[in-house]
Amino acid sequence: MKTDTIAAIATAMSDSGIGIIRVSGDQAFTVVDKIYRNKKNERVLTKYATHTIHYGFIVDINITEENETIIDEVMVTVMKAPRSYTTEDTVEINCHGGILMMRKILDTVIKSGARIAEPGEFTKRAFLNGRIDLSKAEAVMDIIHAGNEFALQSSVKQLKGSVSDKIRKLRENILYEIAYIESALDDPEHISLDGYHDRLSEKTESVSSELRALLHSADDGRMLREGINTVIVGKPNAGKSSILNLMVGEEKAIVTDIAGTTRDTLEEVISLGGITLNIVDTAGIRNTQDVVEKIGVERARKISADADLILYVVDSSLPLDENDRDIMRMIRDKNTIVLLNKSDLEEVVCEDEILKEIRNTCAALCEKVKIVKTSARMDSGMEEVMDLIREMFFHGKILYNDQVYITNMRHKEAIREALDSMNQVEKSLEMDMPEDFYSIDLMSAYASLGRIIGEEVGDDLVNEIFSKFCMGK
Amino acid sequence: MPKMFDKSYVQEKVDVCVVGAGHAGCEAALACARLGLKTVIFTVSVDSIALMPCNPNIGGTSKGHLVREIDALGGEMGKNIDKTFIQSKMLNRSKGPAVHSLRAQADKAEYSREMRKVLENQENLTIKQAEICKILTEDYNCYSGEECIATKKITGVMTFTGAVYECKAVILCTGTYLKARCLCGEAITYTGPNGLQAADHLTESLESLGIEMRRFKTGTPARMDGNSIDYSKMEEQFGDEKVIPFSFSTDPEDVQIDQVSCWLTYTNEKTHDIIRSNLDRSPIYAGIIEGTGPRYCPSIEDKVVKFSDKERHQVFIEPEGIHTSEMYVGGMSSSLPEDVQLAMYRTVPGLEHCKIVRNAYAIEYDCINPKQLYPTLEFKDIKGLFSCGQFNGSSGYEEAAAQGLIAGINASLTIFGKQPVVIDRSQAYIGVLIDDLVTKENFEPYRMMTSRAEYRLLLRQDNADLRLRRIGYEVGLVSEEIYTKTLHKKKMIEEEINRLKNTVIGAAKENQEFLTAHGSALLKTGTNLAELMCRPELSYEKLAEIDPKRTPLPDDVIEQVEIEVKYEGYIERQMRQVEQYKKMEKKKIPADLDYNDISSLRLEARQKLIAYKPVSVGQASRISGVSPADISVLLIYLEHYHRV
Repeated sequence: MKTDTIAAIATAMSDSGIGIIRVSGDQAFTVVDKIYRNKKNERVLTKYATHTIHYGFIVDINITEENETIIDEVMVTVMKAPRSYTTEDTVEINCHGGILMMRKILDTVIKSGARIAEPGEFTKRAFLNGRIDLSKAEAVMDIIHAGNEFALQSSVKQLKGSVSDKIRKLRENILYEIAYIESALDDPEHISLDGYHDRLSEKTESVSSELRALLHSADDGRMLREGINTVIVGKPNAGKSSILNLMVGEEKAIVTDIAGTTRDTLEEVISLGGITLNIVDTAGIRNTQDVVEKIGVERARKISADADLILYVVDSSLPLDENDRDIMRMIRDKNTIVLLNKSDLEEVVCEDEILKEIRNTCAALCEKVKIVKTSARMDSGMEEVMDLIREMFFHGKILYNDQVYITNMRHKEAIREALDSMNQVEKSLEMDMPEDFYSIDLMSAYASLGRIIGEEVGDDLVNEIFSKFCMGK
Repeated sequence: MPKMFDKSYVQEKVDVCVVGAGHAGCEAALACARLGLKTVIFTVSVDSIALMPCNPNIGGTSKGHLVREIDALGGEMGKNIDKTFIQSKMLNRSKGPAVHSLRAQADKAEYSREMRKVLENQENLTIKQAEICKILTEDYNCYSGEECIATKKITGVMTFTGAVYECKAVILCTGTYLKARCLCGEAITYTGPNGLQAADHLTESLESLGIEMRRFKTGTPARMDGNSIDYSKMEEQFGDEKVIPFSFSTDPEDVQIDQVSCWLTYTNEKTHDIIRSNLDRSPIYAGIIEGTGPRYCPSIEDKVVKFSDKERHQVFIEPEGIHTSEMYVGGMSSSLPEDVQLAMYRTVPGLEHCKIVRNAYAIEYDCINPKQLYPTLEFKDIKGLFSCGQFNGSSGYEEAAAQGLIAGINASLTIFGKQPVVIDRSQAYIGVLIDDLVTKENFEPYRMMTSRAEYRLLLRQDNADLRLRRIGYEVGLVSEEIYTKTLHKKKMIEEEINRLKNTVIGAAKENQEFLTAHGSALLKTGTNLAELMCRPELSYEKLAEIDPKRTPLPDDVIEQVEIEVKYEGYIERQMRQVEQYKKMEKKKIPADLDYNDISSLRLEARQKLIAYKPVSVGQASRISGVSPADISVLLIYLEHYHRV
């Protein structure tokens, strides 16, 4: 059973030296106690005095096997209510920074019973518990509002089409069963539950196994379009597609081809030593009257606006022109790597010249830009580009879109809850409980899955009952 | 053309005027009068008090719960059906205790007569046959510090003949009578149910007060002459051998009567063919009916069209009473023309030679969108105006009676200057019913269903007294004596459960033999009686063998002990959910809160909140279109609001 104890990564999602995972709520100590061991490998967290800090380890608890594996060496800070930011019991886990490590720990905290905090939730609690003053109220409401808008927009959008289809299907299946049970309960003289036990048993098993599969894919980050959104831009024929091919080709690990991308943009996912890049190749940008091409250019602008990283490909054998300035204005203040491509040809545009142009056109970009000479044809310079990306990422220059990750965590949480509910249904079936007990847990599973695709329960059940079953009178 | 009065005059000064004497009106009027208020109940026909114009039964799934709850609170419906039933059944007995539901066939005429007797004998209550055509109000300014958005206040009602009854509160329960129109095929009459006079004048008065009206539709099947039915072609449906009364105050011995039977038969392809080939003559399919009909009680036309793959539909033939041969044809309500009806009914086995006494018909009527009400059933904009029953967009006798009781209680408490009663979703089906009505968008007459109650394991028909007697007692509708009895029952239950939990059962030989005999797993270590009772194959009764210290307890106590022990895990889970739910219900929202002030609310949420003006954050969270993040914003705003 989920408690109302919340957790989140409190520090920036970057490769800083130290990361903090904050856990707050009445179960904060119990939750962390399950996964924290002191240096003698003892479970002692709940015995610590308030406002003390302790050395120890976070372990991955695997309930089925009894062996625990150490995830990280940490310092935990224990703060008892009401002397904490939220005025609730709070534990802060200071771990080694590093995105993967922080995630792993947060994931473990969630598994042991906390839930992912909503945007602004720590502050909201601090405020509601009287900890912070009135002047902050407006700001807190805005954070929640903005976070919510973002979540509403992104959580469904980020979901891969195949995943949301699967979840819809599962929900439909579950709802049908609830409606069947409920209409039989409401109208026992018209609808009978004879022999239903076995049918539901089968159904439950198949739903559970699909949920388990989904959970695995969520664990591997395969549910969402997760990763650094990288966009390749440039004038036509600057060599953008060759660069893409090189990047994809060098990294043999193409995870997926995401279907549904437009004719004029191509999206690839590559993995760069633990970092996932979503690379989008866009149509060449130039001032054009051609309608179809115009649409492509417009789209490129849009995609670039959402990018975490821009790879700006410049044909160094041709002079810069108005189209280049257009592109620079479009990139504005994005993290950018300029690829002076076609370095095998005679150089017309040199590093200094492009920097000068950038300074003149869009000064803000100067600080965020790195320049590399490449030749797609000779396959030179790409190694340097890759190193640069890695470096920018690990030094926190490129901020990983942590919302996507958080969304993924929420989805996982929801699937886990749905799975728990289905297990409860199985248990009730085994114990031969009356049918009305099954529908309670089926409904919870239905509601949990709904959260993933942003759908409420509402009148779904009543509608399903009336549309699928012929009620009497 | 009817002609209204020329001059009005003040007839009388009273406390409460109840408009309508159906199931809602009766409960409302009785509650007010019993609490000591001078009450008048108006009806277009005194002969139609507590009329059952549709099905001849009280109770059924979830509705039986409502009747039990009404009874626990001190209402009349349960007692009245106990006096007048002719068959009774506990439905869903093979399923969990939460969905056991009592349903009784009523002798309709007797039911109506008995209720009328109760009304007539009630001190403080006057019955008046008159059509109310105007609600009288005056402007109202909320005093400072009053949480209020009302702009008007009730002063009285006026009848068609011009008599004014001045009063402090009005309870509207006009059922299906407002601008009623009955349809039987192409034939249309402007009457209420059963050919009774419609009430054509009140709607206009309500609209002029700013009340938003809507139109709903419902229907009823034909009644047959029982002498023309061949029962040998039908399956006989008996009542329960041991009848359980509805009312907690009825002596179970008094309800062990000779019961009458109902009969089951089926439609067939021939029936469906007739319906299909005449659909163009159905006012619904021809588009003549504009009101929204209920999906849970579809006409036979609807069933045949929507579930075309079903080869047959059940038809229940139910007696309308003992002193009449009329039979109700359950499952075949229709608005097809008379000739088609007869042809269609005569395809059903046993009805080949049937004679129709009353035709099936559809009825349309004016009602309100109940979002205009507080959960107390008082109009937000008009102080002292309450409403209940089908007028609020619900359906069913029991739903109506439940609201009537609450409206009556709250009209009275308001007059006394006391805090009104709001029963929440975790306390009773009545709470679910009213909360759904005033919080959710309803597009059809609202019917209670067990699936609507999220905490239904706690809201059982068997424990309605334990849940609600206290409220009835505090309000003043339940006597000290009865309340003390309930407290005593509660104590016995608690003590017995404690005893079971603390009675250790070791792995002794006689215990193991007992378990073997009942096909139950043997004990490895000691346990207690409560643990053993959780095993599906064991029960309180069976455990008597290894529980010699047991003292005899009343059946209703044992029933509670058994349920609470057997389903403890599930019940506890729901109780935890209830705790969470209560937290949000306790956070009240001031009635005059200006949502336009909260810029961080999403536009859709803001509009919905303005339209519904929820009384608590909990209620706000149940309005569709209000997201959890909007609730967070609201919480912070409220905190801010309270601190300033």
